[in-house]
Order: sequence, then C-alpha cells, then structure tokens
Amino acid sequence: MAGNILEARGLRKTFGDLVAVDGVDFHIAEGETYGLLGPNGAGKTTTISMVMGLLERDGGDVVVDGKPISTSSTSAKAAIGYVPQDIAIYPDLTARENLDFFGRLYGMPSSTRKQRVDEVLEIIGLADRAGDRSEEYSGGMKRRLNIGIGLLHGPRLLMLDEPTVGVDPQSRNAILESVERLSREGMAVLYTTHYMEEAERLCDRVGIIDQGQIKAEGTRGELVAMVGGRDRVHLATTDRTEPAVGPLQQHPSVDEVTAADGSLELLVRGAAEALPRLLETAASAGVSVTSVDVVEPNLEAVFLHLTGKALRD
Amino acid sequence: MRAAVLIALKDLRQRVRDKSFFLWGIVAPVGLAAIFSLLLGSVADGDSISTTFGAVDLDGGEQGRVFVEEVLGAVEDAGVVDGIEVYGSRDAAEAEVSTGALDAAFVIPEGFTAAVASGGETAIEVIGYIDSPIGTEVARSIATRYVGEVNGVGAAIGTVAALEGAMPSQADLDEMVSGILQISSPLRVGTIEAADKELESSTFYSAAMAVMFLFLIVQFGVLGLLEERENGTLNRLLAAPMRRFSVVLGKALTSFTIGVLSMTAVIVITTFALGADWGDPIGVAVLVLAGVIAALGLMMMVAAFARTAEQAANLQAIFGFLLAMLGGAFFPVAAAGGLVETLSKITPHAWFLRGLGDLAGGAGLSGIVGALWPILLFAAVTGGLAAIRLRKVVAP
Ligand SMILES: Nc1ncnc2c1ncn2[C@@H]1O[C@H](COP(=O)(O)OP(=O)(O)OP(=O)(O)O)[C@@H](O)[C@H]1O
Ligand SMILES: [Mg+2]
Repeated sequence: MAGNILEARGLRKTFGDLVAVDGVDFHIAEGETYGLLGPNGAGKTTTISMVMGLLERDGGDVVVDGKPISTSSTSAKAAIGYVPQDIAIYPDLTARENLDFFGRLYGMPSSTRKQRVDEVLEIIGLADRAGDRSEEYSGGMKRRLNIGIGLLHGPRLLMLDEPTVGVDPQSRNAILESVERLSREGMAVLYTTHYMEEAERLCDRVGIIDQGQIKAEGTRGELVAMVGGRDRVHLATTDRTEPAVGPLQQHPSVDEVTAADGSLELLVRGAAEALPRLLETAASAGVSVTSVDVVEPNLEAVFLHLTGKALRD
Repeated sequence: MRAAVLIALKDLRQRVRDKSFFLWGIVAPVGLAAIFSLLLGSVADGDSISTTFGAVDLDGGEQGRVFVEEVLGAVEDAGVVDGIEVYGSRDAAEAEVSTGALDAAFVIPEGFTAAVASGGETAIEVIGYIDSPIGTEVARSIATRYVGEVNGVGAAIGTVAALEGAMPSQADLDEMVSGILQISSPLRVGTIEAADKELESSTFYSAAMAVMFLFLIVQFGVLGLLEERENGTLNRLLAAPMRRFSVVLGKALTSFTIGVLSMTAVIVITTFALGADWGDPIGVAVLVLAGVIAALGLMMMVAAFARTAEQAANLQAIFGFLLAMLGGAFFPVAAAGGLVETLSKITPHAWFLRGLGDLAGGAGLSGIVGALWPILLFAAVTGGLAAIRLRKVVAP
C-alpha cells in the first residue's frame, strides 16, 4: 500500500508451547504515530523485535519503507530507529561518545554527524551533561539518552518500546514532548506502552494487544465508540446490593448493572446528569452508597471491555 | 568490515579508559618479569648469566673420557656453557646442582664403555637445577644425542663383528668407537647450540610473563561480546545496518589489537629497562603474531561456550594461568618429564618460549618454523570451534 512506512502481516512467534505473538497485522502511515497498548507479557517487545529483524519470526512478513526486513537485512535497517525497552547504552562512555559511536555505525558522515549529535543532545535535554560518563546519570537521563541514540540518524520510522518505564513525571513529560515534536516533524512512530494516558496523548491510532493478538485497532474515538460511549459508574456500599439492582436497571440512562459483594458496577449514558437520581434510587431501595467512582470512556475502559481485565495488575 | 573496525575502536577506547589495558597488558607483565629476573636470575651478578655443567665419570673407561673431554670440551669451546666441573661422586655433583652452583650435571654410569662396546643399551643421567630449565634442557639434549649416537655405533660394531665371525679385542673396540665419535661430535655440538641456546634470565622472564598476560588480556575483547549481550547493547548493534557477524569480527579485532599492543609494549620496555634480548625482530614479530592468534582462538572458544560474561572471565583466567604454568612460564616443565612434559607440548606458551630460544641461539625465520606450527595449529583448532559456536551468540 502506498504511503505506508511500515507494513507487518501475520507476525507469529512461539517460545516452546507459548504463543507470544499470534497473527499480528498492522501498518503505520508516513508521519503517523501508532501505539501498541497492552499489559505485561502481551507480546509488544516480541513484535517490535521481529519488526526490527532482531528475532527470527515463525511466520509473517515486514516491509519498512518499501524494503522487506528480515534477520539478515543490513541496509534496509537504516530506515528504522530502535529504542529498546531496557536501557542499552555504554555506561563508561559519555552521552556524546555514545551518540557519536552509533552515528558512525549508521554511516553518518562526520560533517553532519557532529551537528546532529548536538541537535539530539538538545532534544533529549542532555546538552549540559554531554561530557559526563553516562553511568553518572539519573535513571531518567539514561532513558533519554537511550531514546536519543534511536533517533540520532533521523530514521523514517522510530520504534520506542515502553520508553517511559520507571522515570519520574518530569522526565516522562520531557520524553512525551520530544516524541510529539518528532512526530510533528514528520517521523513515523511505533510506540508501545501499557500506560493508557500515553497512548491517548501521543497516538493517532492505537492497537490494543493482549495475549499476542491485536484485539481492536483504531483512533481513540473509534475505540471508545466500541464501549458505546458509556461511562462506568462504580458504587461502593456497606449493605447487601441485590435490592438496588432491579430499580437501577429500570432507569432510562442505565444500560447494564452488575452486582458484586459490597459494590455495584453500572454502564451509564451521561453519568454526570444521571448520578443524583441513581443515588436516590439506590437509597430508596435500602442500599446506602459510601463512595462513587465515575470512569469516563477511555482506552482503559475499552481494554476492560475487550479482555475483561485491567491494563495494569 | 567497516562496522567491525568501528566496534573495535569503541572497545579500545573503553579498555584504555578503564585502565585494564595498562594494568594487564603492560604493568603486570613488565612488573612480574622485573621481579622474577631480580629474584631468580643473576642480573645483579653481571651482564650475562653463566651456565656451568658438572660431570661425574663413574665409568672410568674410554667412552666416559671421550664424553667428558671431547664432547663437553667442544660444548664449552663453542660457548654454549661457561664451564665444566668434574666431580668424583654422584652425591658431590648433586649437592652442587641443588644449590644452583651447577645448572646441570652429567653422570656417566659404571660400565658405560662396556655397554657401548657390546652394543647394549646405556644412558647418561642428567641432574637438573630446578630454576635453570633451559640449562637442564640443553644438558638433556646433549646427553640424549650423544648416547643415541654411541648406541648406534655400538650396534654397528656388534653387527660387523657378527658378520665377520669374530669379536674384536677391547683395545681395538675402544679405538674404533672413539675414532668414530671424534669425527662426528663437533658437528653435533654445533646443532645443539643453534637449536637450544638458553634464554638469558631477564629475557626468559620477560617473554614468559608477556606470553602469559597476552592470554589474559586478549580475553577483554571477546568478553565484550557477552557483556554487550548482557547489557542490551548487542541488540542495538544488531539493529544497525550491518551484518550480524561484524560484531564478532569487531570483538576479535579488539582482542587482536590489544594483544599486539601489549606484546609490543612489553618487548620495548623490557628491552630497555631489563636488558632483555628478544632476538631477531622479524622472527620475534612472527612469533608474537602467532601467539596473539593462538590466544585469540582460545579466548574466543571459551567465550563461545560460556553462558555468562562472568563465567567466561573466570574460565579464561583459569585457562590463561594453567596453560602458562604447563607451558613453562613459571618453572621448568620440560625437565619434569612424563605426562607434564607431554602436556606442555600442547601449550602455545611452551612453543613460543622455545621459538624465542631458537632465535636467541641465532636461528632465523626458518629456524622457528618448528615452534610456529604447533602454535598455529592450536590457534586453528580453538579458533575454528569458536567461530562455529559464536555465530549462535549473535544468531536471531
Ligand atoms: N526469549 C523468550 N523466551 C521465552 N519466552 C519469551 C521470550 N521472550 C518473551 N517471551 C514470552 O513471550 C510473551 C510476550 O513477551 P513480551 O516481552 O513480548 O511482552 P511485552 O508485551 O513486551 O511485555 P512487557 O510490557 O512486560 O514488556 C511473554 O509471555 C514472555 O514471557
Ligand atoms: Mg516489553
């Protein structure tokens, strides 16, 4: 398909009996940011490793910038920038030396390399620490250098594997901002995360991945529409909850009620307006509510809807 | 290849920065060579150490006299040893050897002449001083060759006698044997000198420590492969636009460069600081290259079969020390005989030191071929196994 920087079809990988990636298809258009949202062990890293040609796949194929990628690819890999999930830098080299080494490895001529290293140091906010050995950096600074190496050679597709894990909110924000900036500048991005907010903020399209399969895919709006645009209302009670189930179900804005021990889960259209009357209904059924939690439709809710479990355990 | 060079340059920068190259590649070998030569060598006595052999003639016959006077005399004249002392009893000679006053002593057994004359088997015993491996080796080789020849002559006379149907008289025999031996002995001593001239002690310890640490330092390059796998940078390298095997090549190149640089530094420093005499530069260069390749082969093989970098580092250190010991870098294994002597012939260390000995004796490039090929064979076997296995480390 014209205009796609990445096309992955039928990706499959098994480790012994475990099917880690089970028929994953997706594509990324030029300049698009695509998110793979899924919990631990969903198969995100395995997918990225197969796209990068690091891991032999059991099935499927990958085309990046019009060139097929396999484990024996060489020059075709230059179109991809790779940011591994675990920090992979040389601790005894400085940030500048780390960047310069990878710049050479990607065949950047020395004239442009020096300038580009400075540029990237600026983007990742390490310009003033560029001459210090990276082992002396904080966790967040190491993460930023980890990312800087991936985007150094100006790839057409940047693949970031959970780049914000374990960083403080400030560093995380800096990372998200630089991804947004790169995207604005036209770089296509494949971003994996298990943080719903990051996927919502950054990604043009999101693939929800669980147990090696993409369960649903689309823009945020498309995905949220799958749960019918309904809010999820959680009512905690001290009493038995059954007496309230019937009356609440009668309510015109309520689609679904599930009772658990000491709590009620409701799918509601327009929870903000309906909430006072819902509480009244519960009270008149003899159930007193101790706390109320309203979750507006988001990717978390979509994930819950699709898999029956939360994104984070 | 370009990628391999870049990886090697990066590694070298890291090794220089963490000082491991200076410590293991220069300071340790030069320091130990200096200590050993001061403690065990006779550097303090003068410019060159002297070698003295003792001789005990328990035979008292013609053949004993020929060996002591003619053969050992010729050895002394040829400059292989500085002195020959004659002792009346085995015990007296042994006492001198055990103090180190003699490097080695020959004991000609009772009935030696008679055994030669009758074509029987006989042997000259060599007692060696533990800290003079090379002197002992030279003595053994003189005795072995002489006895071999004498036995051959004896057998020949016996055969002639049998054919003619009559045994010649004892006097005739003595004359025949010594006549034959006198003709051939100067030639034989000439050969001994060229092949087995001892290394002066500061040279010996410089070479021994250099080759031992060569094996230990070469590991830094190939270990890097496992370290990169453990810290995740290997995947990063493999994501770059280059062939997978370039990473392995890069690490091998690092090891090779470290090895050559270390040896060169040690040779230069010990030459000037310890007065070591390494011999013909081209011959030394060839031996060093062969040694580096052998070290590389072994260390790559160990790295290839180890599970973790730490395990590899431990195994490599063990192999490095063990082979150095077997190879005679610390004490004379060649004189030990038996299994140890046989095992020492597997080690590149032993052949490296022997090759240097040949060079010191004045041999040129062609003279060290005999020492070169076992080193290269060792390199080929270990390196071959490593190459097959290392592909798996970078396999997808
Ligand atoms: N080398 C391997 N050998 C065996 N199993 C593996 C291997 N790599 C991954 N797996 C398994 O494959 C599954 C998917 O793992 P993967 O690392 O792709 O998940 P992920 O989505 O990246 O998770 P996380 O968010 O924790 O990084 C997991 O069950 C994991 O245990
Ligand atoms: Mg992962």
